[in-house]
Amino acid sequence: MAEFSLPKNSRIGKGKTVKAEGASNTRDFHVYRWNPDDGENPRMDTFEVDMDNCGPMVLDALIKIKNEMDSTVTFRRSCREGVCGSCAMNINGKNGLACTTAIEDAKGAVSITPLPHQEVVKDLVPDLSNFYAQYASIKPWMQTQSTTPEKERLQSREDREKLDGLYECILCACCSTSCPSYWWNGDKYLGPAVLLQAYRWLIDSRDEATGDRLDDLEDPFRLYRCHTIMNCANACPKGLNPAKAIAEIKKMMVERKG
Amino acid sequence: MAQVKRPLSPHLQVYRWGWHMAASIFHRATGSALAVGSILLTWWFVAMATGYEYFNTVQEYAGSVIGRIVLFGMTLALMQHLLGGIRHLFMDMGKLYGLKVNTATARFTFIGSVFLTLVIWYAAYKVMGVI
Repeated sequence: MAEFSLPKNSRIGKGKTVKAEGASNTRDFHVYRWNPDDGENPRMDTFEVDMDNCGPMVLDALIKIKNEMDSTVTFRRSCREGVCGSCAMNINGKNGLACTTAIEDAKGAVSITPLPHQEVVKDLVPDLSNFYAQYASIKPWMQTQSTTPEKERLQSREDREKLDGLYECILCACCSTSCPSYWWNGDKYLGPAVLLQAYRWLIDSRDEATGDRLDDLEDPFRLYRCHTIMNCANACPKGLNPAKAIAEIKKMMVERKG
Repeated sequence: MAQVKRPLSPHLQVYRWGWHMAASIFHRATGSALAVGSILLTWWFVAMATGYEYFNTVQEYAGSVIGRIVLFGMTLALMQHLLGGIRHLFMDMGKLYGLKVNTATARFTFIGSVFLTLVIWYAAYKVMGVI
C-alpha cells in the first residue's frame, strides 16, 4: 500500500544558513542534507551563493558551495555535460541533471533534494542498488541462437532507426524516480528507465530472444504498473519518452496473442 | 559500525505537479468517488422499486441543497472520469505521448469536464422549467 507521508526518521528539519560575505548579487540554494554519522534527521541548509562569481548551471553552484562554503556537502558528479547521468537530482520539484539545468531558469531560490523516494546514502546521494539490479534483470545485452557470423551482425537502415530515442538513455534514473507508480511499487515494478531499456532490446532486429523477454515482462507488476502518468517523459533530461516505449511493449504483448 | 537506518528522500512532498500528473491523480480519485457514488445511485433505484412514497422521500433528499451539491459533484466527477477515460483509450493505442499534446489533452479533461457539467445542469434546469 502506498505510503504518502515520509517515515519519522525522514522528516526534514530546518538547517543552517551560510551567508555570502560581501556579495551583492546572491541567490539562495536550499540543499537537502543528511549525515549518516550524527544520528539526526535530514535538514535543509540554505547557502547564499554569489551569482557574480558562479557558473550558469545548478552543478556549478553546488561545486562552488562545496569548494567555498561547506566542503562536507556530498553529491555525485562527473562529466558536467549531460553524458554520464551522475548528477541526477530533484531541482525545484523536478528531476533533472544539475549540470544541464540552468540556474536562471528558476525563479528565486533553488531547492535541491535527492532523487525522490530513494534511500539516502548521504546528502544528495541516493542508493540506486535496486535500480541497477532491475536493469540487470532485463538482460541488457544481445541474445542470439543463430550461428555467429564471421563479421558483425548487419542491420538495415530502417531497423537501426528503431533504436533512435532509446539508445541515448544514460540511466540517470531521473524518470524512474519521478514516477509515482515506481514510488509506491519500486520493489516490483521495473520503472520507466528499465522498461525503456527492455524495449531497446525487444525492438533490436539482431536480438533473437524477443519471446523470452516478453515472457519475463508479462507480469501484473513488472510491466503493467505503468499508468501513463507521464512524469517520466517530462523529467527525462535527454528528451526521451519512456512512457511511449512502455506503450509499445504493451502493444507487442497484445499483438503476439494474435 | 552498525549501519544507520537511511532516510527516504522526499517524493510527493517536493514533486511539482503538472497537468499530466493532475489528470492521472484525478482520474483515480474520481474513479474511487464514483464507486462510492454508485451506492447512492443504487439506493435511488431501490427506492424506485420500493414504491411511490419512499421514492418521493429519496427525491426530496436528492433535491435538497446538500443533495444537489453531491449530485453536482458526481456529475463533475463522472465527466472528468469520462474524458480521462477517453484520453486513456488513445494512450492505450500508443497515441498522445508527445509532451505537448499530452499536456494539452490533460488540461482539456479539466476544462471539458467543467463545461460538460455546466451544460448538463443547465439542460436539466431548463427541462424542469426553472430557468
